[in-house]
Amino acid sequence: MQLISKDLLGLKELSKEEISLILDTADTMRLVLSANSKKTSHLQGKSVVTLFYENSTRTRLSFEMASKFMGASSANISASGSSVKKGESLIDTARTIDSMATDIVIMRHQQSGAPHLIASKINASVINAGDGMNEHPTQALLDMMTIRKHKGTLEGLKVAIVGDLLHSRVARSNLWGLSKMGAQVYLAGPATMVPPGIERTPAILCSKVEDAVKDADVVMGLRVQLERQQSGLFPSVSEYARFFSISEDVLKMAKSDAILMHPGPCNHGVEMPTAVYDSPQSVINEQVSNGVAVRMAVLYLLTSRRNQ
Amino acid sequence: MRILIKNGLVIDPVKQSREIRNIYIENGIFVSGNGFVTDREIDAEGKAVMPGLIDAHCHLREPGFEYREDIVSGTRSAARGGFTTIACMPNTSPVCDNAAIVEYIIHKAEEQGSCRVLPIGAVTKGQKGSELAEIGLMAEAGIVAVSDDGRPVEQSDMMRKAMIYANQFGLRVISHCEDMSLADGHMNEGIVSTELGLKGIPAAAEEIMVARDIILSEYLNIPIHLAHLSTARSIDLVRMAKDRGVPVTCETCPHYFTLNEEAVRGFNTMAKMNPPLRPESDREAIIAGLVDGTIDIIATDHAPHHADEKEIEFALANNGIVGFETAFALAYTWLVRSGRMSLEKMLAKFTTDPAKILGQKLGTIDSGSPADLIIADLENSFVFDKKQIVGKAKNTPYDGFELYGKIVMTVQGGKIRYEA
Repeated sequence: MQLISKDLLGLKELSKEEISLILDTADTMRLVLSANSKKTSHLQGKSVVTLFYENSTRTRLSFEMASKFMGASSANISASGSSVKKGESLIDTARTIDSMATDIVIMRHQQSGAPHLIASKINASVINAGDGMNEHPTQALLDMMTIRKHKGTLEGLKVAIVGDLLHSRVARSNLWGLSKMGAQVYLAGPATMVPPGIERTPAILCSKVEDAVKDADVVMGLRVQLERQQSGLFPSVSEYARFFSISEDVLKMAKSDAILMHPGPCNHGVEMPTAVYDSPQSVINEQVSNGVAVRMAVLYLLTSRRNQ
Repeated sequence: MRILIKNGLVIDPVKQSREIRNIYIENGIFVSGNGFVTDREIDAEGKAVMPGLIDAHCHLREPGFEYREDIVSGTRSAARGGFTTIACMPNTSPVCDNAAIVEYIIHKAEEQGSCRVLPIGAVTKGQKGSELAEIGLMAEAGIVAVSDDGRPVEQSDMMRKAMIYANQFGLRVISHCEDMSLADGHMNEGIVSTELGLKGIPAAAEEIMVARDIILSEYLNIPIHLAHLSTARSIDLVRMAKDRGVPVTCETCPHYFTLNEEAVRGFNTMAKMNPPLRPESDREAIIAGLVDGTIDIIATDHAPHHADEKEIEFALANNGIVGFETAFALAYTWLVRSGRMSLEKMLAKFTTDPAKILGQKLGTIDSGSPADLIIADLENSFVFDKKQIVGKAKNTPYDGFELYGKIVMTVQGGKIRYEA
């Protein structure tokens, strides 16, 4: 079994079997990471370029680490230090990278669909590292890997996702991925930040955070950009925290063995208090470790597909 | 030149009738056939002969955006699509908000164009919405309506003044209905925009302005024409207004009754337009509005863009598609061949009804009228190939569609303007 497409654009585009394949491969990669020597030769002689039009700490670093651990030569371009500043178009930039014998382009972009655009124009495989409000597939994959590790399965789990649902590509990728894998996603957040038509997705929308979290196996907070307050989506940060924070009391409503997740970076005291962030139920740092393993798995699978 | 078109099935949208007969053209007008000697005889047996089509809403991009389209290429494209008269919107650069630009467009089209061009003047100077443009002087120069198309006249007070003032010169305002505060998005708001992570534009952004314009028209008892309607509620609002006797007319475009928002999937910028493609239920409501007469006319909203303006990130891509060369076939295929309405009735929405709204004595095949006509093959299907578009721009979502209603000849002012 291998991945069907040359690119990883989103979980919308992946089958249940492909998701399982990535998660199983990531479990193996996790073993590599915990070994004494982290070097493998899976990507020996391969060239990986990260092209980031938006800021990133975790995603970019973990992709870089993953390519280095597996022996790829990697290079980084960011929009601010490149010809993008001179007005070069996305397609021209992508073709330039493609012309340098690049095997994999990892791209983050503020516009939904930007990776899809270049994927159709270049030979290299494109990995979506976050596009606009659309998807962030490797984040959802590492979330699913983390959940599976703790719960043994994704099938039949209740997963509560809380926060700014409207702008969140993490929430969307998790919704598509988790639903495919048989989990039931519950959503809660300010009504002004609920995507239109959500009732036509597999998710169950709750008007109160407590209802979404009740008896959940997994509780996931989403980052809220504090600038959203200025565009009138919520009245104040303190009011947001009062009604939409995952407080200690809220977390108690979940199952006693529930895990707490957050894609980071977290606004402490807004999405959740520090005590919750640091609580024994929190697996937030483990998510970061699994992020490297998932990205190794994706790089490996796309490369082995290319080798055939 | 004297032309005889014989044996064609002549469709008359005025009389709502059809018969096989000959058509005679001399000195640019239709004449009766007594003692007619012809220079060219055209056999239209098995074909439909109809008045030339009239488009009340298109963008020719000249002056200012000639890299997208110009008057020569745009009118050539119109002629290939069967249009003999087109009304072009004023959102050029500079904006067509004064008599000099109106005259430039008319003269350029007369000298070099392939069909009749009737300019539409801006409502406000620079389409900025704050001061009335010189509507009277533009009327003298030949405009047929006023519009700030591309953007709405946001202030209700300005719209009221514009309607009153334009009406004094026998012109109506063509309103682009859009509440800008709700329209900050890139496709229809709904499940598809959520699935694609694109910002949505709710139907309400259009409908709120439709309601406002109807209220103004009713209050002032002055006609208004609503451009490119796309939603079920917009059509309901117009239907109710017409029942009350409000002098409102409206148009839709072929894309709103042939496509729905699903066409955007895959971030297809060829399906990006304003107003956006709507859900299937709206598409059905548009067809119902055409069938029951609520929607008066079909316009193209021909909006040429350079490939570089479409082959980019979805949110950055320009709105709109080219429309001249597909409009008739789309309408024929979706409305007539599907059995939803008669050819005569559909044809009126491309001829006599737009002529009325633009105040023109056109769209008929009566003796003495300008000899504008088309011949179309209604029997055989064809595959639309965007590479064969004769306009400069190829931004169409219909490449590869199998359609019926191919235009085989266009005659305007007694001259053959297009021949397949």
